[in-house]
Amino acid sequence: MRGDTMTELLLEVKNLKVHFETENGTVTAVDDVSFSVKRGETVGVVGESGCGKSVTAESILRLLNEKHTNYEGNILFEEKDILKLSYSELQKVRGNDISMIFQDPMSSLNPVYTVGNQIVEALLLHQNLTKKEAESKAVEMLKLTGIPLPEKRVNEYPHELSGGMRQRVMIAMALSCKPKLLIADEPTTALDVTTQSQILDLINELKDEFNMGTIMITHDLGVVAEVCTKVVVMYLGQVIEEASVESIFSSPLHPYTQGLLKSIPQIEGPRDEKLYVIEGKVPTLTQIPKGCRFAPRCEFATEICRDKMPQLESYENDLKVRCWHFKDIQEKRGGMNGSRNESQTVNS
Amino acid sequence: MVVEMSLKQSTPKTEASNDVILEVKNLKKYFPITGSLNNTVSQVKAVNDVSFSLIKGETYGLVGESGCGKSTTGRTILRLLEPTEGEVIYDGQNINKLKGNDLRNIRRELQMVFQDPYSSLNPRKRIGTILEETLKIHKIGNKKERTEQVMNILNKVGFQREHYYRFPHEFSGGQRQRIGLARALIINPSIIICDEPVSALDVSIQSQVLNLLEDVQQEFNLTYLFISHDLGVVRHISDRIGVMYLGKLVEESPTDELYSNPLHPYTKALLSAIPVPNPFVKREKIKLIGEIPSPVNPPSGCVFHTRCPFAMDVCKQEEPALKTIVHEHKVACHLY
Amino acid sequence: MQNIMTEEQLNVLKSDMKRKHRNLLVKRFLSNKLALSGSIIMIVIILLAIIAPFFTSFTPYELDAMKRLNAPGGEHFFGTDNYGRDLFSRVVHGARVSLMIGFAVAIITSIFGMIIGLYSAYFKKLDGVLMRISDGLMAFPAILLAIAIMASLGPRVENVIIALTIVFTPSVARTVRSAALVVKEQTYVEALRAQGASSSRIIWLNIAPNVLSPLIVQATFIFADSIIIEAALSFLGAGIPAPDPSWGNLLYDGKTVIFNAWWMTLFPGIAIMLTVFGLNLFGDGLRDLLDPHNNKAKK
Repeated sequence: MRGDTMTELLLEVKNLKVHFETENGTVTAVDDVSFSVKRGETVGVVGESGCGKSVTAESILRLLNEKHTNYEGNILFEEKDILKLSYSELQKVRGNDISMIFQDPMSSLNPVYTVGNQIVEALLLHQNLTKKEAESKAVEMLKLTGIPLPEKRVNEYPHELSGGMRQRVMIAMALSCKPKLLIADEPTTALDVTTQSQILDLINELKDEFNMGTIMITHDLGVVAEVCTKVVVMYLGQVIEEASVESIFSSPLHPYTQGLLKSIPQIEGPRDEKLYVIEGKVPTLTQIPKGCRFAPRCEFATEICRDKMPQLESYENDLKVRCWHFKDIQEKRGGMNGSRNESQTVNS
Repeated sequence: MVVEMSLKQSTPKTEASNDVILEVKNLKKYFPITGSLNNTVSQVKAVNDVSFSLIKGETYGLVGESGCGKSTTGRTILRLLEPTEGEVIYDGQNINKLKGNDLRNIRRELQMVFQDPYSSLNPRKRIGTILEETLKIHKIGNKKERTEQVMNILNKVGFQREHYYRFPHEFSGGQRQRIGLARALIINPSIIICDEPVSALDVSIQSQVLNLLEDVQQEFNLTYLFISHDLGVVRHISDRIGVMYLGKLVEESPTDELYSNPLHPYTKALLSAIPVPNPFVKREKIKLIGEIPSPVNPPSGCVFHTRCPFAMDVCKQEEPALKTIVHEHKVACHLY
Repeated sequence: MQNIMTEEQLNVLKSDMKRKHRNLLVKRFLSNKLALSGSIIMIVIILLAIIAPFFTSFTPYELDAMKRLNAPGGEHFFGTDNYGRDLFSRVVHGARVSLMIGFAVAIITSIFGMIIGLYSAYFKKLDGVLMRISDGLMAFPAILLAIAIMASLGPRVENVIIALTIVFTPSVARTVRSAALVVKEQTYVEALRAQGASSSRIIWLNIAPNVLSPLIVQATFIFADSIIIEAALSFLGAGIPAPDPSWGNLLYDGKTVIFNAWWMTLFPGIAIMLTVFGLNLFGDGLRDLLDPHNNKAKK
């Protein structure tokens, strides 16, 4: 698409660790997470609840209560370390250079102000506009997100809008200052599938229009396949695999990623078989297993897995994986996964 | 009780596969909206004339988006909500007319598994006490027998005896759903209404619970009414599926038929909207315009005509009836 | 599998779990400074009220015309009142009266409040009637309502308790009702209905235990408020009849001589203040302890 700008590095998270102080001692919710986002790229951060994906996202804007939180590592946004910014510098970045959309469109809008008011406020805070200009900009933004009759909607209160509409307003607000990076934390989880598909399309279109980097936090692999270019899979606070969206789905390397993909009931393909099950449950952060964190649930685990923690290793074509045995496992499986996906046909 | 169970098991599933076990006829549930003087101003037509039947041993999936009335249908069948109109016939009895003891007895046959694993267990009670309460309600067994029975059922859903004394907060979401299932199973029902039982769970846990649901269905010869918004999950577990939109059943079909040949434009749009975890497939999407209309004032004629890409004049005036198109495949649409 | 466990093992496990649960509660209590200091103050006051009479040779009714309005010191720690009665012994006996009234009111209002609150939360039709009545009662200022009731019943200890119960029951009922409304919407209540449980089983065995925490907290505050209102009633002459010592009566006696016998006002005043302070601390601490939101890991 835009040749040069595509490769421009926007955000780099380096060896990020986030520790929380709790009643039961210190808990490390994010442990040594590194990934990067380029301009115009959509990076999916996937994982189950408690894997640290939301904490990672919130750390990028430093939204966590800093009284109980300790950060380690670096979060470089355009080469500035966000973790070292002063409060006033941080405020300039928040909402202006980096915006965030949250999961719950019901509680992320203030019920006592009209939606227009809330967008105008965001605009006035970060941009040199008069109130008039900001108001017309707000209408323009609402129009951009596909809200019908934006001139009318701008004067409505959040409770007068449906869930999908509210999420559109949130997106309008997040994009009103033309951010360079958009963090979307489960933006469609609370929405219905038909609305979800509208919102995902919208995020995709706007990403191209603004040439933003996007971080898509989600647990839904379908959403990832739909909008992401790169995927980071997290498990229990660590990145266990990082790859392009094509290779994650055609040849996942980590047994956890493979298990996740197999355990989703599909709307196509055979359906008589039993679902694949990843045994056990995600351990809590206070009882992290020694060695590989996935070992207790992994069907391929051996002595070394239970004993020593594997590092995130680079593999061909920008692939990264944290597993002692990924090569053996891949050999065992042959090219099965790839062929399964590609051979599927679609009915519509 | 144990004897009873084994008797049920011995009945082969195929033999009775065409027996209708539960019949829902023209079920309606309207919620009144009251004004300042407690007078009914208008009504939310949450379930508006829905009919279907469950066949013994099958899983009937009820799908639709939020607000389509699928959960309300489930709750109204169980009389957790009082129906406005219609009949629900189980074993020759109209559940909607039952009172007191008869109603309690019928509730031994129809059980429910709920969506929210966190609020569905009383946080102040031990797991054993929660499960025993069900037996106490129906005055089954003495204390010792009850404890034994609870431990047996815990075993069935994959727990150990020691879990009897644990509190709900010591369990994860998936485990709580299994406890919820145990609570439904313990009085040996014949129908379980599963209201979004896996939608609050993580993917890797979801498959565990789905498999367990299938296993116990086999073992106890259960019939499921499976309510969900997740079309992948419903496809996996159901034998037949009903699609609901705005309080109406718009399509009903055997599962494979529905996914390979959806008839109703809404079903088509719904299916095409699901993000498929496969980046190599770019599907053609049927885009729906606008939002679901308010159930207070549903559109005249076909409830879907305001968003339907194929809407005709007749759709605005006449309400389409549910008619059979191919074998067991019914649709309510003027296109057919 | 370790699946099959013997009865004995299970019993050991059960008692072990109960002990752990108790230890955790004790640990939480000890680390909660509000609850801890509040309860220490209350224990000291209650102990004083119980054992202090054994340290003083005076009874609260013993008149001594020679020793009227003696300043604190010597054999009378708190001095004497205008009839020469030992003020220390009167304050300590007053503590018994005041604490007894406060405790009785807290218990009785809790019982009535619980019944009214639970039933009005569960049955919509009852709700309208019960809550309108309690609105009516709450529309009166507490002290005026108490005076009015006392005026019609006559000044007796029992009547003070009845009056305060009528005054405070509506607020307890409201607290219970709002807590119960939340619990009622929980899925487990619906699950019980789906299983055919009777209303009384749901109300008393399942909703009631879940509203106990706010009820206990509220009861502590009512305890404190009762002591204040009882003092006010007695001060106004509508409470405990003389010569029985209650803290309000003592203040009333001290009023006329406040400029030449400060101790007659000061000591009962301090007693009331300390008790109410202790109870409120305890209540605030309990609220933190019992509120499940505060017990989760502080994230």
